[in-house]
Formats: sequence, structure tokens, C-alpha cells
Amino acid sequence: MRAPNANEILLQVEGVALAFGGVKALRDVSFNVKKGEIRAIIGPNGAGKTSMLNVVNGFYHPNHGAITFKGSTRSKMQPFEAARGGIARTFQNVALFKGMSALDNIMAGRTLKVRRGLLWQLLRYGPALAEEIEHRRKVEEIIDFLEIETIRKVPVGRLPYGLQKRVELGRALAMEPDLLLLDEPMAGMNLEEKEDMSRFIIDVNNHYGTTIALIEHDMAVVMDLSDRVAVLDHGVKIADGTPDEVKRSQAVIDAYLGVAH
Amino acid sequence: MLYREAGQFKATYAEDMAIFPIRQDRIALAVLLGIAFIGVPLLATFRIWPFGTDYLLWAILLPFLILALAAIGTNILVGYCGQISLGSGAFMAIGAYSAYKLATGVHIPLAWLGFAIAIPPLPVLASILLGGFMAAGAGILFGIPSLRIKGLYLAVATLAAQFFFDWAFLRLPWFTNYAPSGSVNAPELDFFGMVVRSPVERYLLCLAVVTVMAVLAKNLVRGNLGRQWMAIRDMDIAAELIGIRPLYAKLTAFAVSSFIIGVAGALWAFVYLGSWEPLAFSIDRSLELLFMVIIGGLGSIMGSFIGAAFILIVPIMLNVIPTKLGLPLSTQTITHLQFIIFGSLICYLLIKEPHGFARLISIGKEKLRLWPFPY
Repeated sequence: MRAPNANEILLQVEGVALAFGGVKALRDVSFNVKKGEIRAIIGPNGAGKTSMLNVVNGFYHPNHGAITFKGSTRSKMQPFEAARGGIARTFQNVALFKGMSALDNIMAGRTLKVRRGLLWQLLRYGPALAEEIEHRRKVEEIIDFLEIETIRKVPVGRLPYGLQKRVELGRALAMEPDLLLLDEPMAGMNLEEKEDMSRFIIDVNNHYGTTIALIEHDMAVVMDLSDRVAVLDHGVKIADGTPDEVKRSQAVIDAYLGVAH
Repeated sequence: MLYREAGQFKATYAEDMAIFPIRQDRIALAVLLGIAFIGVPLLATFRIWPFGTDYLLWAILLPFLILALAAIGTNILVGYCGQISLGSGAFMAIGAYSAYKLATGVHIPLAWLGFAIAIPPLPVLASILLGGFMAAGAGILFGIPSLRIKGLYLAVATLAAQFFFDWAFLRLPWFTNYAPSGSVNAPELDFFGMVVRSPVERYLLCLAVVTVMAVLAKNLVRGNLGRQWMAIRDMDIAAELIGIRPLYAKLTAFAVSSFIIGVAGALWAFVYLGSWEPLAFSIDRSLELLFMVIIGGLGSIMGSFIGAAFILIVPIMLNVIPTKLGLPLSTQTITHLQFIIFGSLICYLLIKEPHGFARLISIGKEKLRLWPFPY
């Protein structure tokens, strides 16, 4: 179910600048993500897309600028605080817990929802067991949704890449996030896998109403999936708008195809 | 053929989440526990082979149980949370000496404040448990560096703990109640009026403690906290992103691990050694525990038992088998052989099977389920 008031702004990034020594990864970037939409951030290699996501979920602390998420503004926060606020994330190179099964990986995503502390978990009895089973039930729903029932007990290190990506999406979904950041969810996938992943992204957006911000290089995917697209180049936002607007933007064409000097 | 799970359907998540979801495993465990709790004491009481003498109880089963417990503690830190520790021996020592001090009464004169902290001698059980808590506190303290440093550097920091406590218990006479030789004697093992003296009683005491603590440890590692530890071990950045606080996860791992090791240390001193010196908890002990965990299986409670058994039994086998074959080896040769076997085995396992014997067993079980077909 898409959120009814699709104009409510969930995330506002305002004048963010980030530099690593002399390298200016982001220069005065502003954009917003509306509640319930699929927002894409695109750009050539080294444009600062991943840096942007890292700023949003607290990995990097911007030198300037402010980030407003769900109405509260902050410039610095730790990744686990972002997670508590409702921001989930997947990585460009899969960042799963290799030694754990797919099920345990997704169960780990529910850490923030666990209420019973160490002593209850020691006993694993009564309310603690009931809670564990409740989390397991929620996780099984996600496993059903992502169609990975058969691999739930397999250590993720043994899974093929496409399935690992899916498990990673499952782990992010287990957090029941308000904002889901996907860093190149389709990198290195073949056509069928891309189609599957696109279907999951649309379903997550429709079914759970999760707002999604994604980085992707496959233009066909981006233009089909997203409601609005922001384009970064060399740390500067050069275009922002619906896929059609962005496609026609001269700055974007120049950034991707180069200009005659 | 016997090891088949066909027809065993799990209708609830609770059944699927059981420690041993397969019926044959449950039966095997029940038989094992039956032998351990009933069979062994009966045989030992009536002195039936192989319990004709107390040798098997004293020299093998008792140290096996206590070291397995310490190995579980080490495994939680090293195997589950991925924080390499070379200070397990020190935490055993803290457990042992704290328990000793608490059982004999603590007196800290604070002359400049005009009073003294005096704690009367506590019962043995309370002392042992409090010894564990003291070790947990020390573990948290020495775990703080783990928030900044990783891997080898952390290992060196825990090594510092080892050397510091080796020194403290050797040089500060307060810990040994000013015993001139530096060696101390355990108090009488009085549990609510029941005095534990004979080897069988000691064995049963340790067995009960180890069983309970192993079950609790297993509960922890398969629960949310265990998943947090493993997440930190496998990829700490991603762990932070799903809301795991590294501070909490790492320090709980240090605390729980040190508590278990501390209790094992207190048992080692009180129940097994009876009288001991700091040498009992030297760096050799730390390394031995680390070997047990690596050989038995990193990240496996069962592996801790297998590793402890292996490390204890190999030297004995090296002694017994050549003698039976008519080729008695000298003590030095046995020691050298031991180094060679452990060293090469650890190299082999680290390269080929980092999860040790426990993983080999589970692979074996997977194969057994399909036997005689390959898949």
C-alpha cells in the first residue's frame, strides 16, 4: 500500500559537503525523499553516490550541511542510531555475516526489536522463548516474500551472489525500516536476477509501503522503477526530477557522454 | 541407515529451533547424559572396570570437565565474537583467587579513611560464583581496548592481562593471605552441609556445573545476543548498520566469557588442584585453551568439549599406546611429539577446516543422513 499523502517529506538533505583531505566527495548537495516513493540517485563512477548514502546512515559525518529525517535534524550520528531511527541499508559488495545461515542473518536484522535482555535469553524460557518465536515468524514472512525458503539454513558464504543479495535485502527488511537505502542492488546480476530484484523492490514499496532510495547503474532499471531521480557528478547535483526530465537534461547527457573541449 | 530424519516433521518454530532438532541426536545425548550422571558414578562407586582405580576420574574426567568449561568461555569470546584472547589463563586465575579470598574472608584495611572493608568468609558456592563475577569485571575492563583495536593487537592487549595477573598473584602477598610459599589451599568444599571430598563427588559437582553452564551458554549463543556476537565477528560495519552497538556486543562477550572462565578457574583450583600456585594459570594455560577451541571448533559449544578431550587425551595416548606396543617412549619424546602433533594439527585445521572437529562431525552427520548414497 503506497502511503496516501505522498507529498510528506521523509528525508531532507540540505547543503551537504564532505571532503576526504583534498578530495571533495560531495559539494553542497541538497535533495529530499518523499514518503512512500522510490528515489534513485545516479551518476558516473566516483560521483559521490555511495558517499551520499554513507552520510545518510551515519558512516560519514558531513563537513557541512544538515540532514532532516522524520522531522528531526542532525548533522552527526552513529550508524546504530540511524538504524534505530529506521534507516536500513544494503551494500554494493554484499556485507552479510558469512559464517551465519541465511535465517540467522535475517534474524540478526531484528536485533533492535528484541526486548528481552541477557538474563531472559540465558533462560530462553517463557516470555523470552515466545519473543524469539514471534521474531522467527516475522522473519519467515520475509523469507516467504523473497522466495528463499529452501536456503534458510545454508551458511550465506556458500550461496551464489544473486541469492546473497536477496538475503541482504531480507536482513534490511527485517528491521522494518522507514527508509531503505539500496546501494546498487543489481550490480553483477544477469537479466533474470535483475528482473527478480526489480520485482522485489516494487513489491517492498507497494506491500510494506517502505520508502526506498537506491543507487543503480542500470539506466533501464532506474528509469522504470523510480519516481524521481537525482543525478550526481563529481560531488555536485546536476539534475533532479522525474525520469523523463532527467533523461532530457543536457547536464546529465554531458556528464555521461562527455562534452567536446 | 539408522540416522534418518524421514518422518520427523516439525510443526512449530519451537521444534525447529531446538538444540537437537533430529530425534537420533536427542537419544544419543540422553544416553550420554545417562552414562555421565548415573553410569560413571555407579561404576566408580563399585570400582568396576575401567574405574578400578580413581585414575580415570582424577586424571582425565575431572580436568576434562573443568577445561571444557573454560574452553566454552574462550570459545564465546574467540569463536563467537571473534575477539582473539590470550588472557584466558589470567581470567581463570582471577576466578580462582577471588573465590579463594572470598571463601577465606576479605580484609582491606583503609587506614587513611579510618575504617576497613571486612567481608566474612562466604560459603564455597557463593565464592565460586562471585569469583566468576570478579573475572567478568576484569574481562570487561580488559575488553575495553577491543572497541578500538582488533586482531593481533587485541591479542597483545589480552596478553598484557595475562602477564599482569601472573605478576600480581605471585608478588602481592595479600592475594595468597601472606602464605610464605606463595601456594594456597582451597577451603573445604562444603555445599549447604554436604561436603564434597571423594573423586566421585567432585566429578558429579563439576559435571552438574558444566552441564548447567553449557546449556545456558548454548541458549545465549543461539539467541539474539549470540547473533549479535557473530555479526560483530563476521562484519562489524554491517552489524552496526542493523543497530548492533559494538560496545554492548563486545563487552557482553568479554563479560560472559570471563564469567565462565572464572568459574572454571575456581573449580580448577578448589575441586581439582586443592592447593595451587600462580603457575597453574600461566600463559601455557591460555594457549592450551586457545588450542582446544581451534581444534575443537571455533563457534561451537560441542567443539569446546571435543577440543578439551583431544588436548587431554593425546598425551595420555602417546604414553599408553607405544608402551602397549612394546616401544616405551621417554617423557621428553612424548612432550616433543605432543608439540609436533598439536602444531601440525592446528596448521592443518586453520587452513582446511577453521571450524575444527565440530564441523567435521556435522559434515559426517550430513553424509550419514544420505548414506549409502552420495546425495
